[in-house]
Amino acid sequence: MSDNLISQQSSAAEFFGRLGRYAMHGIEQMGDVTRLGLHALSLIFARPWQGKHFILQLYALGVGSLIIIIITGAFTGMVLALQGYYTLAKFGSESLLGAGVGMSIIRELGPVLGAFMIIGRAGSSITAEIGIMRVTEQTDALEMMAVNPKQRILLPRIVATTIAVPLLVSIFDVVGIATGYVVGVEMLGVNAGSYMAELISKMEMIDLNGGWVKAVVFGFMIGMICTYMGYRATPTTEGVAKATTQAVVIASVGVLIMDYILTSFYL
Amino acid sequence: MIRGEKLSKRYGDVDAVASTDIQIKAGAITAIMGGSGSGKTTLLRLLAGLDAPTTGHVWYGDEDICSLNAKRLYELRESMGMLFQYSALLNSLDVYDNVAFPLHEHTDLDEAVIRTMVTMKLEQVGLRGFESMMPSELSGGMAKRVAFARAIAMDPKIVFFDEPTSGLDPISAGVISTLILNTSKMNHMTSVVVTHDVSAGLAIADRVILMWQGRIIAEGTPTEIRESDDDRVCQFLEGRPDGPIPFSRSTTSYIDDLTHRPGTVRMAS
Repeated sequence: MSDNLISQQSSAAEFFGRLGRYAMHGIEQMGDVTRLGLHALSLIFARPWQGKHFILQLYALGVGSLIIIIITGAFTGMVLALQGYYTLAKFGSESLLGAGVGMSIIRELGPVLGAFMIIGRAGSSITAEIGIMRVTEQTDALEMMAVNPKQRILLPRIVATTIAVPLLVSIFDVVGIATGYVVGVEMLGVNAGSYMAELISKMEMIDLNGGWVKAVVFGFMIGMICTYMGYRATPTTEGVAKATTQAVVIASVGVLIMDYILTSFYL
Repeated sequence: MIRGEKLSKRYGDVDAVASTDIQIKAGAITAIMGGSGSGKTTLLRLLAGLDAPTTGHVWYGDEDICSLNAKRLYELRESMGMLFQYSALLNSLDVYDNVAFPLHEHTDLDEAVIRTMVTMKLEQVGLRGFESMMPSELSGGMAKRVAFARAIAMDPKIVFFDEPTSGLDPISAGVISTLILNTSKMNHMTSVVVTHDVSAGLAIADRVILMWQGRIIAEGTPTEIRESDDDRVCQFLEGRPDGPIPFSRSTTSYIDDLTHRPGTVRMAS
């Protein structure tokens, strides 16, 4: 009996010990992400100016993700209009469809779904690209050529995601509202005037700001996490693959957690 | 002169380099040789300032690079070059841009001048006319030669070579060895060459350092090394499987490992 109790106690201690180690590791990693990201950002005004590399990264991230953002935004707006119409029709409030679609997209779905798409499309490639540069000693080669890899590789990507995500989310919002209009007004017969009037009258500046702030924060977070995971990846092919998967998972979960925190501020 | 003082580098429980003192003479070619896992690449990375030592210092003249700030370290590195084992060419740039990279970064030279300099460097390595090729289109030997051209693009005072001939056919290896020798002598460059290619190391080096288990076990001119009566040196130079340097790295008994392995049947005593 006492042996059984000791065994239960030791397995409980082992469980909590492991939990504690995971928690400590998570906290350590968060600290390391912040330290590395802030160190890279502190080089923003250091010479040589990385303007050309910001533009290149902005182009690769922004233009490269445009099609997927337009497609996602279009179908999100369409399905929201469909679902919203059938729900609102039960209460005889079809005229509120424009406000429903618009607010859902601008406040919530645009930033969150847009961020998810950018994590999948661009975030994973940032991690893999930087990880491969580590494996093939390209970052060491930069160091030996007196070029700071944090300034040359990490910084432009963090800045580019911080700028690109809000721009792409704005495109997502516009496309979503437009396709919602097509489905609601042209296909389901909602009055065009009431769709637009409700959308404009119910929408407040705080809704727009909330969406924008979320997009900026998500972009910054994606940049920090994805560059960090690539830079700290174990320099093996398996290490890069693992880092890429982890970057997508951590960034996605981070977006959801941050979304809740920011939403609670903006309600 | 580069001087390593009580250098050690520890990874977990393993001492990759253990309390090593080393001197690299200015203007000479120093070959660091030794078997796989003897710590020579780790020592090279410590000397180049790519890794921080667990203990010890690396002196460039009277400056300890382990305690330099990033700005000064990068200033020093403008007079260094390094050829990496797997070339480490920047994949997103073509051959021309790879070789021109340090010139674009650290000089205000006109593009026409840079183009001339790149052409000269590529001619030196026998790859003039390959400017527009991407690293993925090059063979291992060609990539090494491009990396060599990049390493000497700024006419550095010190160049580090990490296994410059590994994985190359004899002709390419010979070309690289000759390039190291000629470039070092012509430009009065200090070259540190890490290699396990005995013939290449002894042929080009002014001074040879032999390592085993993270420590320097022999040091001298190629002739002194060849004539050494140290059994470990003789075994390495002759490539003998038997001798004081064991082939097997296992520290446990083979029989014990076989009989205690889960799933195997233990013999009755």
